[in-house]
Amino acid sequence: MFDWKWDFTIEIMPRLLWATLNTLMAAGFGYLIALVVGLVFALAQRTGFRPLTMVVREIVEFIRSTPLVVQIFFVFYVGPQFGIRLSPWTSGMIAIGLHYAAYLSEVYRAGLDSVPRGQWEACKALNLSNGRTYFRIIIPQALPPSLPGMGNYLVGIFKDTPMLSVIGVAELMHTATAVGSETYRYLEPYTIVGLIFLAISLPTAFGLRRFEAWVRRAFGMS
Amino acid sequence: MTNLAGASIWFVGARAMQHFVEFLQTHGSRFVDGTIITVQQAILAALLAIAIAAVMGLMRLSKIWAVRGASIVYIEFFRGTSLLVQLYWIFFVLPLFGITLEKFTAGFIAVGMNLGAYGAELVRGSIQAVPRGQYEAALALNMSTYKRMTRIILPQALLIMLPPWGNLLIELLKGTALVSLISVADLMFEAKQINGVTYLSAECFGTALIIYYLMARVVVAPSMRMFETAWSRKMGRA
Repeated sequence: MFDWKWDFTIEIMPRLLWATLNTLMAAGFGYLIALVVGLVFALAQRTGFRPLTMVVREIVEFIRSTPLVVQIFFVFYVGPQFGIRLSPWTSGMIAIGLHYAAYLSEVYRAGLDSVPRGQWEACKALNLSNGRTYFRIIIPQALPPSLPGMGNYLVGIFKDTPMLSVIGVAELMHTATAVGSETYRYLEPYTIVGLIFLAISLPTAFGLRRFEAWVRRAFGMS
Repeated sequence: MTNLAGASIWFVGARAMQHFVEFLQTHGSRFVDGTIITVQQAILAALLAIAIAAVMGLMRLSKIWAVRGASIVYIEFFRGTSLLVQLYWIFFVLPLFGITLEKFTAGFIAVGMNLGAYGAELVRGSIQAVPRGQYEAALALNMSTYKRMTRIILPQALLIMLPPWGNLLIELLKGTALVSLISVADLMFEAKQINGVTYLSAECFGTALIIYYLMARVVVAPSMRMFETAWSRKMGRA
């Protein structure tokens, strides 16, 4: 291409690949937080205790309709104002984890709602405990329809990790910008970042679709 | 005792409120300026995204493999990488190829092209979701391809895709916050600037979050719902 320098590309490659590990770690940790907190959000909305339900509903709506970058800045800068200092990594994980928890709670909610009412009533009729009802009857049926949404957000959280660079988390985008400002060459670093993202997100999306099909078969749903 | 606690909570709340009002009196105008830029970015990006979504979504359904292939490459490329990466690429790398865009233009083009790829999938999905019998009936009535599309398929497809488009437009509004990173003076940018001077982070970013929330919940979502109701009435479904 125009003035693409291969030796420069090879020189910066190791740095970018190391940063990719950080990106993957950020996405992984963030997703774990989101999986757990999302479940809390979803179950809190099923308690039937109206004040709690309404507050959680409003929190989820608020998180979902405001930009992640602003939330990242908010978490990072507001702590110190009240004497709580959080590292970029910690505040980044909190922000991205909470953001995707709100999205995942909607996925869980739709999944739980997709289980027919009769299943709940049958559990009650058989006098199953609450835990048993959830873990043996409801969740196994709610999981397969939730998987596509969960998979989408796994890829989504991975693609949103570059936003963590704004508070100085040394992930892929941050490293590419650092390389660019050291060498005044932006063509190679930014292009490679784009290619790395494609190389990870497309196969992941493909693999997730295969996995969903497998789960549906394993649970005897198609 | 409870009276005392209640009074002190009330007192602290009133003080906080007063402080916040003072904050808005000093910096409110800058938030307004930023909001105006954000709205401009969102409208321009939305127009671009809708145009791209329509073209790419229809191309995705073409019988000619080259046309279909081109749209698949576009969609997968823009959905497979991050908006931030695309924005930086358009702003920092395209000039090396002789295409220099102003930051304002680069901002809404990146957001529009990214969300347009997601929109294209909505267009494709909704056209495929129109019941097959509708195609067959149009065919049986000897309608031309063009007439079949514009009179039968697309109006019904629009009804199917409107709810997800409402969500997508909120995503788009949120996406415009990223243009602050190439120093377009939008709402996010102003919040960051004021924070840099005053260190009142909770007030700065809190205000920005509330404005974004109101734009999404009070402007975008209800107007999309109104459009949806109007369209389904026009289609005789409500």
